[in-house]
Amino acid sequence: MIRALHRWPGLLALALVTVLSLSGAALSVFPAAERIATPQAEAELTVAALANRIQAVYPGLEQIRRSPSGRITAYWFDQGAPGAAVIDPATGQGIGSADPNQVERWLTNLHRSLFLGDGGRIAMAMGAAAMLVLSLSGAALVARRTGGWRQWFKPLRGPLASRVHVEIARIAVVGLVLSSTTALWMTASTFDLLPDGGTQPAVPTIVSGETGFSLDQMPTLQQLPVTELRELSFPYPGDATDVFTLKTDQGSGYLDQGDGALLAWAELTGWERASETIYMLHTGQGAATLGVVLGITALGMPAMGATGLLVWLGGRRGRPRIRGNQPAGRAETILLVGSEGGSTWGFAATLHAALTEAGQSVHVGPMSSFAPERYTQARRILLLAATYGDGAAPASAKRFVDRLNTSDPVPDIGLAVLGFGDRSFPAYCAFARTVAQTARRKGWPELLPLDTINRQSPQDFARWGRALGEVLGIALDLSHQPVLPAIDRLTLVSRRDYGSEVQAPTAILRFALPHTSLWQRLRGVGFARFQAGDLIGILPEGTAVPRLYSLASGRRDGFIEIVVKRHPGGLCSGQLTALEPGDKVSAFLRRNPSFRPGRRRAPLILIGAGTGIGPLAGFVRGNARRRPLHLFFGMRHPDSDYFYGEEMPGWQGEGRLTRLVTAVSRGARPHYVQDALRGEAVQVAELVRNGARIMVCGGRDMAAGVAEALAEILAPAGFTPAALKAEGRYVEDVY
Amino acid sequence: MKSLLATLALTTALTFPGLAMARPVTLTTTLNSYGGDGAYLALYVTDASGAYVGSLWMAGGKSKYYEHLSDWYRATGGDAGQVNGITGASVGAGRTLEITLDLADALFDAGYTLHIDAAAEDMRDSPNEVAVPLTNGGTGSPVAGRRYIASFTYN
Repeated sequence: MIRALHRWPGLLALALVTVLSLSGAALSVFPAAERIATPQAEAELTVAALANRIQAVYPGLEQIRRSPSGRITAYWFDQGAPGAAVIDPATGQGIGSADPNQVERWLTNLHRSLFLGDGGRIAMAMGAAAMLVLSLSGAALVARRTGGWRQWFKPLRGPLASRVHVEIARIAVVGLVLSSTTALWMTASTFDLLPDGGTQPAVPTIVSGETGFSLDQMPTLQQLPVTELRELSFPYPGDATDVFTLKTDQGSGYLDQGDGALLAWAELTGWERASETIYMLHTGQGAATLGVVLGITALGMPAMGATGLLVWLGGRRGRPRIRGNQPAGRAETILLVGSEGGSTWGFAATLHAALTEAGQSVHVGPMSSFAPERYTQARRILLLAATYGDGAAPASAKRFVDRLNTSDPVPDIGLAVLGFGDRSFPAYCAFARTVAQTARRKGWPELLPLDTINRQSPQDFARWGRALGEVLGIALDLSHQPVLPAIDRLTLVSRRDYGSEVQAPTAILRFALPHTSLWQRLRGVGFARFQAGDLIGILPEGTAVPRLYSLASGRRDGFIEIVVKRHPGGLCSGQLTALEPGDKVSAFLRRNPSFRPGRRRAPLILIGAGTGIGPLAGFVRGNARRRPLHLFFGMRHPDSDYFYGEEMPGWQGEGRLTRLVTAVSRGARPHYVQDALRGEAVQVAELVRNGARIMVCGGRDMAAGVAEALAEILAPAGFTPAALKAEGRYVEDVY
Repeated sequence: MKSLLATLALTTALTFPGLAMARPVTLTTTLNSYGGDGAYLALYVTDASGAYVGSLWMAGGKSKYYEHLSDWYRATGGDAGQVNGITGASVGAGRTLEITLDLADALFDAGYTLHIDAAAEDMRDSPNEVAVPLTNGGTGSPVAGRRYIASFTYN
């Protein structure tokens, strides 16, 4: 909701807000320049003395004005010709032209009305309103992203465009809120929507009838310092009934030209004062430094517009274009997608196209948008649900189960769940199963029994499509070609071999970084940005199905490294372990944001066995901040498969690795990594009590053994692996 | 397009009850190139004693700025009701404002004076920019203003 409130005003008002902010930034320079160029009156100078000085130089003096910058301007008539000049208060002499600056005038008219009069003013006010909505919704998004208002300045991660966007925003937002609210106030004031109009006292009808009282004898002017003057208008020459009109920071009134008496006085109203303060805050006139600061923050706006556009385009990239997507309120078929990496969206697009071709009206959206009360025309809901990790909701299905639980089933709407996953994982389609169970328990009619798609199989999908077609009474032919992410060709630069003696031939393969364009780096796509723990998809020759490996290096290391064990008969591992330096493979990057050490300073307990050391070694190598890292590493034999054994002493010496505990499984006394943990039970419990985070990488059996050992170790301290997982302090990357 | 034409026929402006004789009069005001934003102009009439009689036209739509037309503002107490229905847009530098209205015959050669107050944003206020006696003889002869008005004629 907040995101939509941020995205759409941003995109719609982008041009308007850009014009507003650029012209505003340019305008902010003028008050400061005026302030610098203006000779200031000496502190104790009174209006009486000043007026006397100016009148001595310009006898036909009509009006003296003082701008908030301190600039004094005089207007006079000399032998019928009008004259005006900026005055040096020390001498009363003119020192410069009083004509308005044409550039400033042009910019002002552009800024407030696009040269289009009142219509333009309203358009610009809408631009300011959009800016306010953007600032407030953006602030809420920043707070959500950093984890709360107290962590406003927390360091960020993510693609460059998104980081730049937020970095600018969290500094500029205060200035933008101030500029936009004051702009709206000023527009309201211009259109007389506020009761802040001038209140001048009634002109006195009884005056002395005399003229020619000396200016420097007038008591009111004698007591008034120049710094409080706004305007002093002189009576019309020869008209004894006319008066001096005086405006100051406090109010306005009239002075008798015959005896200098104060004839009437009216204080400024609260509304007038408020409007003047707001005018000052917006224009910087009278607050030049603030004006320049606001101008600089305004400059951030076009930069945020550009980066915001990139973020938006980036968000769309993961999803295929859905042509002819119907609004949720008008569609007969609601097709909701729960996808982590984006591949399930491809299936949804194929299904949408096929159903649309068969004459159905279909709405496609993320599962997180589930809102049955909006589905007024719907006859069925189809849920395509991937699974994240151990059965959690994928990114686009956050809070779906909660919503399903709190909403009432609609008896007319049938529901079908199709799970997407990989049968080699124990939690195969676990989220889809949870969804299907919840729906059944809530009493949603079942349109089709739960079905699953293994490893994006087009055959599975076509089969399910036929079943769906039968239920709907249409022929549904789903032929889906999975779209792979952008593929790069990686060149092997070096390999280190281990493990052949223990019948586990393994290689640490290091590839060169592929070339990335500036555009890719800006958007942070592909290998332009990756960290240890992210996944690399390798496409072996002869098949279109990729295999995923955990990365043991980050972009900063300057290379791409993986640890690959050759499985007997394994297609991909066979090809990879046969690579020689100079050979190439096809690969793509898949982010794995859940398996990252995070930026906190709390200690890390890294637990891995075999090739699971890969990402953990990557964390150690990248630990430039010397965060306390405790690595538990299980191997078969130290002489054969001690991966990164050469680097470990160096990492420890540099402080990147606090402690290394190894477990050797081949030998007189087989010792596994979970045994190593038990051996260090006291220290492990102590670390966890102090906020340590646990990261486990390796095979499924090892992970289960580790979880069991940790449950024992931590029970006395009152922790359970499940509770730590819920807190995000216990994460696994298991294969 | 240098000349802005705002031609209006008004029948209500300054007619006196009982003296129904009125004639259409065209007031033409041309501004000089004073190098500022559009000017506010107030056209109004005073009698022989200098007392305000009524307004003929207000060029400028936002009443919050009327205080800068200081003579008119003093005479009317800033009452925007005085120009209700006879208000138009402000007049840009170098442009011409032309208005036609019915003025009572009794206003001519009877000591009445037509005044124009002018003001522009961030520039001087020019009350009494123009003050011309309304006479039959003065018809068609242009008068220059003090700061903003290059020429003003009525006929």
